[in-house]
Parts: sequence; C-alpha cells; structure tokens
Amino acid sequence: MNNSNASASGASTITGLRAWLNAEVPGSRWQARASAWYHGWLEFKSNRLALLGLLILIALVLIAIFAPLLSPHDPYTQNLSNRLLPMGSEGHLLGTDSLGRDLLSRMIYGARITLYIVALVALIAPVAGLLVGTVAGYLGGWTDTVLMRLTDIFLAFPRLVLALAFVAALGAGIENAVLAIALTAWPPYARIARAETLTIRSSDYISAVKLQGAGAFRIIVKHIWPLCIASLIVRITLDMAGIILAAAGLGFLGLGARPPSPEWGAMIADGRRFILDHWWVATMPGLAIFTVSLAFNLLGDGLRDLLDPKSQGK
Amino acid sequence: MSEINHVRNTDATTSSTPAIEIDNLSVWFGHGHDRVDAVKSANFNLPTGASFGLVGESGSGKSTILRALTGLVKTWQGTMRVNGHDLGKKRSKDFYKQVQMVFQDPYASLHPRHSVDQVLSETLSLHKFKNINDRIEKLLTDVGLGPQFRFRYPHQLSGGQRQRVAIARALAPEPSILLLDEPTSALDVSVQAEILNLLTDLREEQNLTYLMVSHNLAVVGHLCENIAVMQNGEIVEILSVEDMRELKSTHPYTQNLLQSSLGFVREEC
Repeated sequence: MNNSNASASGASTITGLRAWLNAEVPGSRWQARASAWYHGWLEFKSNRLALLGLLILIALVLIAIFAPLLSPHDPYTQNLSNRLLPMGSEGHLLGTDSLGRDLLSRMIYGARITLYIVALVALIAPVAGLLVGTVAGYLGGWTDTVLMRLTDIFLAFPRLVLALAFVAALGAGIENAVLAIALTAWPPYARIARAETLTIRSSDYISAVKLQGAGAFRIIVKHIWPLCIASLIVRITLDMAGIILAAAGLGFLGLGARPPSPEWGAMIADGRRFILDHWWVATMPGLAIFTVSLAFNLLGDGLRDLLDPKSQGK
Repeated sequence: MSEINHVRNTDATTSSTPAIEIDNLSVWFGHGHDRVDAVKSANFNLPTGASFGLVGESGSGKSTILRALTGLVKTWQGTMRVNGHDLGKKRSKDFYKQVQMVFQDPYASLHPRHSVDQVLSETLSLHKFKNINDRIEKLLTDVGLGPQFRFRYPHQLSGGQRQRVAIARALAPEPSILLLDEPTSALDVSVQAEILNLLTDLREEQNLTYLMVSHNLAVVGHLCENIAVMQNGEIVEILSVEDMRELKSTHPYTQNLLQSSLGFVREEC
C-alpha cells in the first residue's frame, strides 16, 4: 500500500516535472533556461548516432575516473615470463605486451592520458582562437592586421613539424606535447571566429546595444561570443579526433608520453615491433583511438545540427 | 543660489530650445575617389514634443541622418544639438538616456540568441536601473505584449511582436526623443497600423519627440506634423502635413513625389 503510494507520487512528480519543463509560459528565468535545455536535449536525443558518440565519451570519462577499480592489474607491473600473451589468456583478457604488462589495464589507464590531452587542448586552443579572432574582427584596423598576420605565421607552420621543434626544445613529455599541439591548433579557430565576427558586428542588434552605451568588451563577450561559440564547438569536436591522433603520433615518435606511461600512441609504437606475430599489441590501443575519435566526430555532427541558429525553431 | 539658477536655466532651455537642432550637417562615406556624400548640409529643428518626418527615395540620405545623430556613423561635419547640448564625435551614456532608436527590420535588430527578458534586462542594467523585474513587466505591457512573451526568443515571435520588443527596448532608458528608422516598412499592412497606433499612443502617454524616417507618405502623414523632403542627400523642402495633404508644395521634386504616391487614388476618382 505504502509502496504503491510512493511510486504513484513518484510518477506524478515526473509528469509534474515534464509539465513544468514544457510550460508554454515559463514563470521564471530559471524555468525558461531549464526548459530550453530540456528541449535541446530532446532534439539531440533523436539523433541516434550523436547519442552513441556522447555515450562513448561518457563511458571514457567514467573509465578514466574509476581506472584503479576497473583495471585487473597494475599497468606498470612487468612480468617477463608472461610477455606477449595472446588475447583471452588467463587473467589477461587482451593479452600482454612485450614486457608482460596487462594490455587491458594499460588501455584503461591510457584513457586518463587521452582525456588529459583532449581537455587541455580544448581549453587552450579554442579559447585563444576565440579571443584573437573576435577582438581582431570587432576592433578592426591595426589590431586586426597585427593579430591576423600573427595567425598567418602560425598557420604557415606544418603542425607536426612545429610540435616536433617545440618538444625538441622543451624536452619530451605529455605537457609539452599538449602545449605544442595547442599552439598549432588555435589559428583555424581564430580565422573562424573573425569571419563570424565580421558578419555580426555590422548587424542591427549590435548597433542597438551600442545605442544603450555598451562598450566593446561587453559587446564582444556577451553578444558576439554566443554566436561564434556554436561553430567553434562543432569545429573542436571535429578537430578532437585529429588532436588525439597528433598526440598519438608524437607518442609514436617518442616525443610525447615517456615510455612507462600507458599512452595509446606510445603503446602502438611499442607494439609495432611485433605487429606480424603479435598483432593485438598494436591493434588494441589503435582500436581505442579509433573509437574515441569516431565518438567525437559523431558528437560534433549532432552538435552542429543542434547549435546552428538557422535550424532553430524549425 | 547657484542651484536655483541652474534649475531655472534648464527650465528655460527645455521650453525654448529645440529637442534636436541640425545645422549644416554633412555626412559622407569612404574617402578619395570612393567618397560618397550621403547628406549635404542639412538643416532642420525639432521643438520638444514634436513629430517630424524625413521622406525621400531610398538612398536619399534619410537614415544616414539618424545614424550620424546616434553616433553610428562617425564621418560627419556640422552642428548637431540635442536638448541644447552640442554633440561631439563620441556619445555619452547620458545621450543614450535621452535619445533612442527603433530600427527598420525587426528580424535583424534582435539578437537571435537572447530572449526578450535578456534583451530588456541588459538594457535596463546598462542604464543602472533598479527593480528590473517590475520594469520589464511594465515595458512589455506598455508596448502591448503580455508577460507571457517575456522568456520567448526572437524566432518564437512574429514580425509585429518583434518590433514591439524593439520599441520596448528603445523605451527602457525612458528617453525623451525616439528616432524611428522606417519602423513599419518590414511589416505587413495590418501590423503596420497596429505599430503606428502604438507609437501614437506612446507619444501621447510619455511626451516623446519623434524623428521618423519613411518613404511611405501615408505613414508619415499619420504620425508626423511636419516633414522634410530629401533628394540626393539634400533637404529640398520642409512643409507641414496639412500642406502635404493639400499638395501645397513649392518644390517640383516634392510635387512629383506627392503626385506619384497620390496619383493612383486620383485616377480612381
């Protein structure tokens, strides 16, 4: 009796919540925002592939957080008597590498490094690009010329070569690899942000807010950024795959993560020596990179549909 | 003592000095061979509480005068005074509290990502108003929109509703002068009438001074008392609306303009 009552009231709170979110006339600012998010989520949910991408990335985050609980072995423990065990051998689901370390555990810990790279690059490159691009586009004149020529200089460098030079100068290591990638990744964002700003800055709604006495800082941050961010987010998610691959490439060349750390690219480099006889050693981390890159691409595609202002309200 | 003097002075200025004085104003775009003179030494005065129309073909420089007045166009020469104060190259916040503008295209003048609430609350906070919540609701009722429109985004509003939001934004700082840049030309006819009636009512309630730009003589005739006719950047004639209705114009271009807009009606008669 009690139980059914509880479940009934639970159901009614859920329908109540839904009605609150679907309200035609929101009663408060907070409700209006929640309702907008809810409708965005409903639209996103209808795109199955994008949802799959999001689920994979959520799984990646969870795996990274709970790595010590999930991994069956210590990723650093070597056991030379068990080296290069095939997949499915006892205690080692995905086999072991050339030093007898459990591949599955190393891949689980590797998720942390991958996320670290992705998060750092995603924090540095688009923010720098957005800042440079919108300021150059909005202020124009000399500021524009100086900032954009600087962007051109960075754009002219081949990405991996500049990253190589940077790492060579500062020493190998995951932080330097991330910095090198971020340093070469921001110019396209600056270009996109500037192009968007140029179309936005002469529009009537920017004139209108100027007539309220708003300064350049407020206009850039509150009026131009929200319109640029949509295309930047999409670009970031599409670039993420490339960034993971660049980090893996640096790891593969021995310039990214240093040997004991289980970075996926470094693991492929390690497995390369046995690729004909012990194919799984290189293939498994390769599959992990592939899956995460694909997930980012799917998510980016879904976000583009969702964030494009032209598709809103249709 | 000085305080009293000061008050007396401002009293005197508001009663005698015009709300807007434009003296020998020229506006141009570009320089060198690309220079286009959009407005050539325009002169007109607007008494406080008046409603003045600028008419002319597109490209005759009507909107440019408004843009120069609000500081959106910086390449101008001459004298512009608002409530007796000379305007320089930069506009102060005080200026924007006195003068506000409604743009032509309501589809372009609202930020696509900002709800009505965000638009109005930002405007109010920029002008340092308190009790923003109450003010937003009052503004929305003033322009004939209910509070149910408060959290809508522009794409959820019709053209007429958007223009009402734009008018609410212009009214938010409680200005004394409203510049109207063809406020109805992007709307269909029945909505035009609604917006015009709203503007007429608002002017009566809040003692606003209107400077309106239009190419539609019927719209100007409905809202204004005096009009200036512009051709190729020059004001060719200033006349009252009564004279305009009776076709009592002296300049051939004005006669032409009146003929062409009334000719259709005449032939029917």
